[in-house]
Amino acid sequence: MRVLGIETSCDETGIAIYDSELGLLSHQLYSQVKLHADYGGVVPELASRDHVRKTLPLIRAALKEASSSAADIDGVAYTAGPGLAGALLVGAAIGRSLALAWQKPAIGVHHMEGHLLAPMLEANPPAFPFLALLVSGGHTQLVAVAGIGQYQLLGESIDDAAGEAFDKTAKLMGLDYPGGPLLAKMATAGNPTAHRFPRPMLDRPGLDFSFSGLKTAAANVIAKAGTDDQARADIAASFQQAVVDTLVAKCERALQQTGLNRLVVAGGVSANTSLRQQLAVLLQQRGGQVFYPRKEFCTDNGAMIAFAGHQRLVAGQQQDLAIAVQPRWPMEQLSPI
Amino acid sequence: MVEANRVQAVNRFQISLLDEAVTQQVAARLAHLLPEQAVLFLQGPLGAGKTTLSRGLLQALGHQGAVKSPTYTLVEPYHLATRQIYHFDLYRLTDPEELEFIGGRDYFSDQAICLIEWPERGLGFLPEPDLVLALSYQADVDEPLRTLSIHGQSELGRSIVTTMSAHEER
Repeated sequence: MRVLGIETSCDETGIAIYDSELGLLSHQLYSQVKLHADYGGVVPELASRDHVRKTLPLIRAALKEASSSAADIDGVAYTAGPGLAGALLVGAAIGRSLALAWQKPAIGVHHMEGHLLAPMLEANPPAFPFLALLVSGGHTQLVAVAGIGQYQLLGESIDDAAGEAFDKTAKLMGLDYPGGPLLAKMATAGNPTAHRFPRPMLDRPGLDFSFSGLKTAAANVIAKAGTDDQARADIAASFQQAVVDTLVAKCERALQQTGLNRLVVAGGVSANTSLRQQLAVLLQQRGGQVFYPRKEFCTDNGAMIAFAGHQRLVAGQQQDLAIAVQPRWPMEQLSPI
Repeated sequence: MVEANRVQAVNRFQISLLDEAVTQQVAARLAHLLPEQAVLFLQGPLGAGKTTLSRGLLQALGHQGAVKSPTYTLVEPYHLATRQIYHFDLYRLTDPEELEFIGGRDYFSDQAICLIEWPERGLGFLPEPDLVLALSYQADVDEPLRTLSIHGQSELGRSIVTTMSAHEER
């Protein structure tokens, strides 16, 4: 079965084609391609979240990359939530309509299920069950994954996401938004014990996170530090250490609590070197293993939607004709396959 | 606990937010003066307390549970028993026109309270505010000081400010 996947839940427009036999055949992200030809010349940069004008040209590009035509597509998957209603509706309307026109089944996919299953696109996929840490600019969640559609949300951020704390602290240090990766780079030259920033919610039981107070604590130190490079690097390193310590400690607590020994880490922050080092140590100590999707599938993309939709379509699930989205959609409401 | 001084007659006044508890109290008083439809702009630099103030408003109106930052999602909807509230953060908009792509018009025409952080990034595509809540934050001192100034910009806004400033003077 060959499935077209469409992701338009927030900022990115992502399109991909996944095949049961051949695996991932193509994936396109708006920022990676030039759509000029489709407009007959040079056009100004399309605004972010202008999914309407990006989706169809990207679908054409994905079909071309997969050496496929519409007739080769056996099903269409699109992100149906959670996300921005207006953004979701674009992908849902286009995906549902194409499937109807092509007389093929369609399926609405949960965006976070896409992220959870993304490491299964790799050569060494994790076996079920596993623990997943989703950590990005928009999410910080710990999820126990028993199988496809069998998710238990163990904990999440009650305010800012970890990646958001990185980006906002970077901004407070004068870096362009989103400057999280730059802040992490700056941290390599700093002393992580120079400042003792709070490890939010480590002193309390449970698996929820809170990063908004950490940003405020950093703001106070940054304002006093001035422009000295070493002082700034020390703040960056101490800040990063506080975030990483918190993430790693909660992962350890969740592994302990669930008895799992496989950990999947996805989301933009999973690229952080310090986080990867500490998680490697943790899982080694516990005799477990940590899995990451490849870098381009850590952030929002169409491949994870094509893959997750493929699993559900192959199992016989499909959507009726309604173009329906769920901006708020708890993961626990998903059906198993 | 709350130090208030009236800057102008009735359409503007200022409060020192000494700690989070005071912020919650002020937010709660404001929340109970809001009708079903109102537009509030929240201004102030990163870390000034805009989301904390929004959290106080939402909780005072009956929301239980977390108030997540809307920075990534741009808008978080809350359907409460007595009120519909949309909490916006427009920080990540690069062009005000993007509000059209996320369905801004639908939100603003709803019978709802719109709390809008970083409204300056959406100018031209936003409705006129009833109230502007401006937070300032002095971080380079030992005891960081937050100040909230409230400006009424419509008849509704001015009447809310009048009521609140009368309360502060008692």
